Amino acid sequence: MLAYVIRRLLLLIPMAVGMIVVTFGLLLLVPGDPAAVLLGPEASPEMIANLRRTLGLDDPWYVRLGAYFWQLLHGDLGRSIFQSAPVSEIIGGRIGATIELAVVALLLATLIGVTLGVLAAVRQGSLIDTVTMLLAQLGVSMPVYWLGLLLMLGFAVQLNWLPAIGRGAPMLDAIVAALSGRPQVLWDSILHILLPALALAANSAAIISRLVRTSMLEVLREDFVRTAYAKGLRRPRVVVRHALRNALLPVLSVIGLRFGALLGGAVLVEMIFAWPGLGQLTFSAVSQRDLPLIQGIVLTFALIFALVNLVVDLLYALVDPRVRLG
Amino acid sequence: MSAMRIPKPLRNPSLVIGGLIILTLVFLAVFAPLLATHGVDQPDMRNRFSLPSEVHWLGTDNLGRDLWSRLIFGARISLSIGIISVTVAALIGTSVGLAAGYFGGWVDMLLMRITDVFLGFPAVVLTLAIVAVLGPGIVNISAAIIAVTWTEYARVVRATTLVLREQNYVQAAKALGASWPRILFMEILPNTLGPIIVLASLGLGTAVIIESALSFLGFGLPPPTPTWGWTLSYGTRFIRDEPWLSIIAGATIMVTVLGFNLLGDGLRDILDPRQLTRAK
Repeated sequence: MLAYVIRRLLLLIPMAVGMIVVTFGLLLLVPGDPAAVLLGPEASPEMIANLRRTLGLDDPWYVRLGAYFWQLLHGDLGRSIFQSAPVSEIIGGRIGATIELAVVALLLATLIGVTLGVLAAVRQGSLIDTVTMLLAQLGVSMPVYWLGLLLMLGFAVQLNWLPAIGRGAPMLDAIVAALSGRPQVLWDSILHILLPALALAANSAAIISRLVRTSMLEVLREDFVRTAYAKGLRRPRVVVRHALRNALLPVLSVIGLRFGALLGGAVLVEMIFAWPGLGQLTFSAVSQRDLPLIQGIVLTFALIFALVNLVVDLLYALVDPRVRLG
Repeated sequence: MSAMRIPKPLRNPSLVIGGLIILTLVFLAVFAPLLATHGVDQPDMRNRFSLPSEVHWLGTDNLGRDLWSRLIFGARISLSIGIISVTVAALIGTSVGLAAGYFGGWVDMLLMRITDVFLGFPAVVLTLAIVAVLGPGIVNISAAIIAVTWTEYARVVRATTLVLREQNYVQAAKALGASWPRILFMEILPNTLGPIIVLASLGLGTAVIIESALSFLGFGLPPPTPTWGWTLSYGTRFIRDEPWLSIIAGATIMVTVLGFNLLGDGLRDILDPRQLTRAK
């Protein structure tokens, strides 16, 4: 297992290098003089010259790439053009909210997806199966921002059950508050995160449910399941203890991949629900064409995704020895 | 007299429903100038936010512009961007996948590491970043979509090529002295077309979603271009009192993506029977 962990960690290095090169390449895509384009038509020549110096645009691209690597090695993501603050500081203030949203959405997606997938497989060909798979097809096809709007319209505007926008206290702080006798803080945080997390989770829940159904159908035909029934075990026990444990293996790697999609979807969901995370920051950075900030955000998203996949791969290898031996 | 037999593809409900949705959409987009009941930007201030009626089949927006006419012209934009981006992404991804799978060794390693790097970026974030630096426009939006979608083709075509290159007919072609371009394009490529067609259908749905997401955020084609995402986006300003505008624009996007997804699923069932057996 240790050899597998080392091999997998080493693979992360070229991946991270590639991601940094792509992120750096964004600056090369800017048509014309990047400094003039980024500052817009009202910028004075001095402002443009200043930005050219700050971004190192007078040097050849390979010198700038080297400097970019050097800067990143020291944990420096550069300075935002418009917020005049270090990019790492700006991102640091927002990243927690996005990760919280994505993690809650992933938990919801897994819970809903696995439950519906198992139900559909166990009742194959029944009305439950048809309705579940129809819902899954709709969930895969529904734009996340539209679902977000519909949920907001239904549960916040019409029914007035849940808050339409904003975030309660950070979830970890809220849990601590609840443990110290203030449960209403946690309750408020849950109410705020429910709609955005549900909107974000729907697409992944649909994909997971389809995958679990297919995987469960394969496992339910295996000899060991027949043996379990022959031993006289009851159906719920066979399904949950025997079949589901095996059916979930291939689903695990997909759940990791879904985290990347959730991070991307968070950009849209955060805009709709005014969730103060990296998504909103991405929107303002892109609106202002604040390239150092855009580069920092893109790289942060990519590195989080790479790390999550590393963890998922290691977990997979832990539960399925064939992976690390293969 | 033999009984009428329904051809096998027509017995696949996903293929039939998805195909019908997409055929209808293509018909509406192609003949939009003839089918539009009003001018795309023709305001009618006396009929603002009207619900569906005989005059305005899908109602009107905040300026009284006819939604039906705007949505069928919007279909042209979504489909154009979808077709451009899927064609180029398929060409790039297929070339990379064929080269990686056939040559193996360091070529495979290098190309697949590059593919992994691009797969590692969340699609919406990277497309937003690319559109931010390139600026809006059909070509730039398509380029951004291509950057995040070519990887799927590369992975699938590589996997198929790895299997095909060991087949007897490919080995025989090699033994007869066929050049590598001939083997790749005449022997291997035709047998990878099935998965590519399935991916292309699903990819069109993805392209529609990404394009409308960019327009929704205000980074798509600038108004008054009647993109679906923009129609949905400005509808949100009036969502409390006039939700119809956002609902119909979002439903149009959803039905289109559903059509492409069903078509892709149906094509997969037909072109890859093993998948069907596994799923049933």
